[in-house]
Amino acid sequence: MTDLELELKSVEYRKKILTAIKKAQAGHTGGSLSCVDILNVLYNRILRVSPETFTSPVRDRYIQSKGHSVEALYVLLADKGFIPESNLETLCRYHSDLVGHPTRKVPGIEQNTGALGHGLSVSVGIALAGKIDKRAYRVFTLLGDGELAEGSNWEACLAAAHFGLDNLTAIVDRNGLQITGLTDDVCRTDPLEDKFSAFGWTVKTVDGHNIRQLSETLRKVPFEIGKPNLLIANTTKGKGISFMEGDRSWHHGFPNDSQYERAIKELDDAYSLLTAGEGRD
Amino acid sequence: MSEKIGKSNLDVFSETVIEMAGKDSDILVITSDSRGSGKLWPFAHRFPDRIIEVGIAEQNLVGIAAGLASTGKKVFAVSPASFLTARALEQIKNDVAYSDHPVTLVGISAGVSYGPLGSTHHSLHDFAALRAINNLDIVVPGDNYETREAVRAAADWDTPLYLRFGKRPAPHLGGDDDFQIGKARILKPGEDGKFIAIGETVVRALEATRILEESNLDCGVISVHSLKPLDIETLEKEARNSRALVTVEEHSVCGGLGEACAAFLSQAGVATPFKIVAIPDEYTVTGSQQEIFDHYGISAQGLAGTMLDLLEH
Repeated sequence: MTDLELELKSVEYRKKILTAIKKAQAGHTGGSLSCVDILNVLYNRILRVSPETFTSPVRDRYIQSKGHSVEALYVLLADKGFIPESNLETLCRYHSDLVGHPTRKVPGIEQNTGALGHGLSVSVGIALAGKIDKRAYRVFTLLGDGELAEGSNWEACLAAAHFGLDNLTAIVDRNGLQITGLTDDVCRTDPLEDKFSAFGWTVKTVDGHNIRQLSETLRKVPFEIGKPNLLIANTTKGKGISFMEGDRSWHHGFPNDSQYERAIKELDDAYSLLTAGEGRD
Repeated sequence: MSEKIGKSNLDVFSETVIEMAGKDSDILVITSDSRGSGKLWPFAHRFPDRIIEVGIAEQNLVGIAAGLASTGKKVFAVSPASFLTARALEQIKNDVAYSDHPVTLVGISAGVSYGPLGSTHHSLHDFAALRAINNLDIVVPGDNYETREAVRAAADWDTPLYLRFGKRPAPHLGGDDDFQIGKARILKPGEDGKFIAIGETVVRALEATRILEESNLDCGVISVHSLKPLDIETLEKEARNSRALVTVEEHSVCGGLGEACAAFLSQAGVATPFKIVAIPDEYTVTGSQQEIFDHYGISAQGLAGTMLDLLEH
């Protein structure tokens, strides 16, 4: 698929995220919109995994540590055929497998997450097993920048470098915003580049909404032999919807009818711009 | 009067993990700077590539163990019970139990094994904390035999499991062919009272029955060893055939074996006089494990007295 085709997919994914959250009247809108371009690139270009190979011991693994942005993940899993598209309508419904945070009940999901600060340690374990067994799979995990206040991340960060896990890539969805406000105001996690470098990781930073930058950088892992990889993806919480961008109230806000209509209209316009060839960098 | 003293259960754990690892290359041990207290140096010498050290980082220990287990590794995650089950409780719940990765969590130097080191090092909360976590079995062997069999079973257990060991040499409790996780062992029958005990307290209950014999009381001992699943069938049957029941555990009175038994017995309509012997809801007196046991009545004399009171009133 071309970059443009993936950019169009991102627009479609955003519509599906909003539609599912609108129907459920629940969900984490802002974070799902900030990370969906990252998931788009991972699932469409990077991860060597499919519904058919999901039980293979050599599949690539994806662990979504920032579990609250599960709506973006469900949309990707539906698009890739792990779950039927119609399941998205059951998000957070009574008896649905589509819980408000990831669980292994859903095909394609490796690990139950939601409490923050867990995914990196689990990913270290999977990557370590790959080294022990000399298997070529890679492990990718998505962290939030607010999530990095959890101390367990830094235990895992030490361990990943100690074990030389170049088969592990952590991606930080650095949208700079958490439920209370700006991450810089709540508990500053920057400068992340310096911190992870000091811990022994190789760090690269990209625009987390730029399909080409994300793709080119993720295709280069391992960045350095013997060192774990950190990709800092600078993102905007609520990306793609003008009145949601950078507004903390959309952390777990959900749209009413008119907000939903406005959002879909903005996305339709964005889609038209892209197809008209006017939306390219 | 005393039972034949064996090795510490931790030593037997170590020997048995080596035995199992020799047969199964998927077995790994992971520790948090605890291979010494876990008696794992022999394992480290025998299988240097199969012991993973994460340093003093219990949360990471459990998370990594879950990740390893998700790939098919059979992981024994070994750390002092106090830190493992409090510091890493959320990892135990989410990464292991909720995510259903068959890690064997091994809480070492459990209960008040660290005695005078104080309450930071005691695990008197772990039964309560872990019982409330779904999809986690809890096994507390009382002697070398139960330990060996529990570790052998753990290597092939396909769901999350918590094993808890003390570090003092453990006496042989009797019987050597009936261990099964989830199945309580009747070590000694008795017409009058029954002690329902677990772990390193079982031997105190056995000793207490001998004191009670001097008063012509025939009391029995059940080694529960599996706190979860609890062998309700056996315990209810034994409870109905007793005039008094005393539960005994190296744990807080809150949320442990005693309260588990009280809950199911009362709901089953069993009205046998009942008493819980455990550590009261306080930070313990300073002392060795033995001194702390004696202080709180987890001694042969103390337990015999408790049973006698119950039978006489």
